[in-house]
This record gives sequence, C-alpha cells and structure tokens, in this order.
Amino acid sequence: MRPAARDRRPAVGATPAALEVIERLRAGHGPLAFFQSGGCCDGTAPLCFKDGELPAGPHDLQLGEIGGSPFYIDAEQYERWGHPRFLIDVSPGAAEGFSLEGLEGVHFVSRTP
Amino acid sequence: MAIVDATTYEAPGRSGSPVKLKERYENFIGGEWIAPTTGEYRANLTPTTGEPFCEVSYSGAQDIELALDAAHAAKEEWGQRSPAERAGVLNDVADAIEANLEMLAVAESYENGKPVRETLAADVPLAADHFRYFAAAVRAEEGRISEIDDQTYAYHFQEPLGVVGQIIPFNFPLLMAAWKIAPALAAGNCTVLKPASPTPWSILKLAEVIGDIVPPGVLNIVNGPGAEIGKALASNKRIAKVSFTGETVTGRLIMSYAAQNLIPSTTELGGKSPNIFFEDVMAADDDFLDKAIEGLVLYAFNKGEVCTCPSRALIHESIYDEFMERCLGRIAAIKQGDPLDRETMMGPQVSAAQLEKIESYVKIGREEGAEVLIGGNRPDVGDHLSGGYYFEPTVLKGHNKMRVFQEEIFGPVLAVTTFRDEQEALEIANDTLYGLGAGVWTRDGSRAFRMGRAIKAGRVWTNCYHQYPAHAAFGGYKSSGVGRENHRMMLEHYSQTKCLLVSYDPKPMGFF
Repeated sequence: MRPAARDRRPAVGATPAALEVIERLRAGHGPLAFFQSGGCCDGTAPLCFKDGELPAGPHDLQLGEIGGSPFYIDAEQYERWGHPRFLIDVSPGAAEGFSLEGLEGVHFVSRTP
Repeated sequence: MAIVDATTYEAPGRSGSPVKLKERYENFIGGEWIAPTTGEYRANLTPTTGEPFCEVSYSGAQDIELALDAAHAAKEEWGQRSPAERAGVLNDVADAIEANLEMLAVAESYENGKPVRETLAADVPLAADHFRYFAAAVRAEEGRISEIDDQTYAYHFQEPLGVVGQIIPFNFPLLMAAWKIAPALAAGNCTVLKPASPTPWSILKLAEVIGDIVPPGVLNIVNGPGAEIGKALASNKRIAKVSFTGETVTGRLIMSYAAQNLIPSTTELGGKSPNIFFEDVMAADDDFLDKAIEGLVLYAFNKGEVCTCPSRALIHESIYDEFMERCLGRIAAIKQGDPLDRETMMGPQVSAAQLEKIESYVKIGREEGAEVLIGGNRPDVGDHLSGGYYFEPTVLKGHNKMRVFQEEIFGPVLAVTTFRDEQEALEIANDTLYGLGAGVWTRDGSRAFRMGRAIKAGRVWTNCYHQYPAHAAFGGYKSSGVGRENHRMMLEHYSQTKCLLVSYDPKPMGFF
C-alpha cells in the first residue's frame, strides 16, 4: 500500500548523517527495510532490518524510500499519528532493540520536521 | 563526584555502598561466569550521571549457542524434578533476593535510574514474591481427567516445554526477569535470558546471589546487541517458546520468527492507558479523593517508563478545574534528583535516547496545540548530576486525536483531557491502538463495573493503579501484545498439554 498523495513533499526523508549510516549498513548487510515502531520501551524508533527479515504485511504502508530502502509504517498507526512526515536522523548510543545500526553504536531517530 | 548525605546510598563500588562492583561482567552460562566468545565488552552507563561504571559482555550468536547447550544439558534433570523440589529452589531464590534486598535495590536504582524508594518497596520485594507465588502455584497444580465413557479416560498432564528464550525490557530489569523466569522454571523449563541493552547488569547481580541456588544450566544470561544475539535467540531452532517485552515492530518480528519455527510466543508491547476520573471522586474531601489524586500522579511512577503508564487522564468536565489543581499541586511536590537518595521520588530516564524521545514528544505536543500545564523541560538537578537524563514531570492538556494522546511516550508525560458523560469517557478510552491497562475512579460500584467490562484492555485497575500482584493476570488487548504474564495460568503457558487417552475396555472397536 502507498499513502494517498497529501502534499508534494516526500512523506519520509533522511538526514545526510542517516544516509551515511544506511549506506554503510547496506554495504555490510545487503538490502535493508525500515519499519516505524510504536509502543513500549524504544517505541517511537524506526527499526532497520535486512530486507525480508520482517516481511511487510498487508496493513503496512510504504511511505517512501530512504537511501534506497523502503520505509514502512502500520496503516492504522499512521492514521492515528495524524499522517506526520518523517525525517530519519541518527544519534549516538546503540539502538536498544534489534535494529541493525545498534551494531555500529548508533540509533536511528524519527523526527517530525 | 557523588554528594552523599544521610538519606543517600553510596553508589555501587564506593566504600560504604551495599553493592560491590567488578570492573567487568561476563555471561552467566551453565552456572558459571563465561567470557563472551567475541572477547568484547561494552561500557555500561548509569543514567544518574551518564558516566560508565562497569563493562558488560558484548556477545555474539555463538554465545547464545553456548547458553542453549547448557540449558539443553540441564533440561531433562530439571524437568523431572518433583514440583516440591522445584518449588524449593524457587523459594530459596526468593529468600536470597530478600536477604539481598538493599543490595539489589541500589543496583537496580543505579543502573536504571528508578528511585531507590521504589526498588526497596516495590521492584525487589515483588520479584521475591513472584518466585514464592510460582513455587506455591506449581505445588498446587493438578491435571484433569475427562471421562469419555465408563471404559475410556483422558488424563491431562502438563509437561515442560524444554528450553525457552526470554527477552526482557529495561524498565523493570529485575522484576521483568522474575516475571519471566519464575513461571518458566516452576513449570520445569530451562531458560536463556537476554537482558535489555541499557540495563544488562542488575540481573547479573541477581545471578551472583542466586547462582548457587539454581542448578547449572537452568538459568542462563547472555548480554549483547539485540540485532545479533536477540535475533540469534528468538529465531533459534533450539527454543520451544519465546517471550518478549518491547515495542510493536520487534514484537511482530518475534512472532514471525516463532511462526517460522512453529513455536508459541508471548509478546507484551506497551500501551497508552486511560485513567478515568468520574465526577463523584470529588464528592467528599477524604482518603478516597486523596487516593484518586495519587492515582493520577502515578503516571510519574518509574519516571513514566512503564508499559501501563496511566498516560492519558480523562477527567469529568465538571470537576476538571478543581481536581486538576489538586493534582498539579501534588505533581509540583515531586522531588527529582539522585535516585539513590531515599527521598527522591523521580530519577533520570534510562538513556539519552529515551530523554531525546520524550523531549521530542513534548515539542510535538506543543506544535499540535497542547497546553503545557506543568513541566516540559529538563530540570536543574545540580552540577554533580548534570550529565544525567532527567526530565520534569509534565502534563499536556489537549484532545485524544493528538499524537501525544495516541503514542506511548514512555516518559513522565501525562496527556489530559475532559469528557462529558460515561459514554464519551468510554469512547475516548477505547480510541487507541493499544489495550494494556486502564484505570477507573468512581464511588459508584455499578459504574465502575460497567466501565471495567467495556474498556478494551487486559487490566482495568478499579479505584487503584500500578499494583502488580503475582496472582493477577497481566497482558494486552489489541496492539498491546499477545498472551499474558503473572497468575498461575502462566504455568500452562510454559507447558505442553499431554493427553493420555486410555481404554480399559478389553474388546476391540470392531472396524477391522
């Protein structure tokens, strides 16, 4: 699924610093996919997996691509969050969960520009 | 440098502290301390100051295999022990936790940032009680017999699953470990546990205390990056069940691994719990009103890092002004600072990442038009704590369609709104992706019951909040996860059902 076009700006983008990490992760792990998480603990984090590690489901919305990798969010979550645009950035400190960039000692952050 | 006074515990490792500290901690596998095969360690920070205080193993997938080897080597013997023997071990674990209450409470507080008055009174005593509860429960278990006809009987036995994988969150490292370990072991399983990356250490202090009580291989603890060892554990062919507490996407990943391996999973994935205050809470200025005010302020318990944080307060419009004024007074009195000070009511968030997320949500709330009633900033907690991850207890007033009402912030941020009548309260309460907890406050027992049954959440606290007795089932509706924790029903969740179908009829069926 793709979101209906609401405005001309892309629904998801990434900062140059994040793109650099994405490029490194792609070189090391192969094709990637991003999933916007919710809920407990590190809930608002965008999680980065090897593409196919978590198959996108029928209710995942692909908001776009960052660094050539698809970025998904659960459709109902996107609706409830009020269709925000996402700018994926990177911050120091390892990701707390299963996200691949944790291996590099950093974590991706979903910012709302 | 820590400033220590009469009400403050010395930090782990310092002279006078109840907690001894080693420079470096290995994995706990097969009853021994085993260096990670990677040879790597990572600095472990305290959120009180943001400074490292020890190193903890940074393991690889191979270390998960070693832990699984140890668990599989132990499972036959442990699974065949009588319930009374297993219960004896669990009771001994509880005794050891209790005997080390202060040490564990200070360790937990220092690593996670939760105030020591909470760990002394709640986290650690509850952890001990969970082991006692499941020790008692497993001894009282009995199978069922179905009489199919007078010559045919189905005997039902609960048998251990074998070896399970358990992944715990950072918000209650010791208590969440107890929630997962106690029923698994009581039911006769061995476990491989992966602590959360921000809090790998206090559970190792627990292992120091109970390591000689639990038979080797029954409990194994491996620390390292989730992307490597979390995956290696959760997707492993040698586990018979996986249990996870965390966010939704990893919950889905865990369940997809479980599906691929055809094993059961339990996931607890958070919430956005409504806490509903009807007009009659203000009918008298008495203990009940006082309790209700505390009930609202409980959003700041464990600095809001609780899956069931009552993070949406719904208040009847007729009492809003007066009730909120009383609550804001109570919130303003929250003492923030060093969690090792017994007078501190709120410590730092667990990590810089969490602090950053909380700040970003307050910003999002402001941009959405929410009104900041109190807080909203990093507090000044003194120079010696300036590197810590502190955030003020915050209240945002707005409406339920705002993102700060819809997404779990996992911090001390309350979103508050009003409702006109019971119907609207219920609609707002259920207008969420999640369904983990809820609170209902009223002096009207019938209304409390109606609301409790109608709210789509796994736990509805009625005229109370944030109580976690072992004998009460806990878990989510909707996107808050699948399965339950606590309560003796967990013994079933950590067992297989064996049906022995026996015929006492000497005659053949007559088909062939």
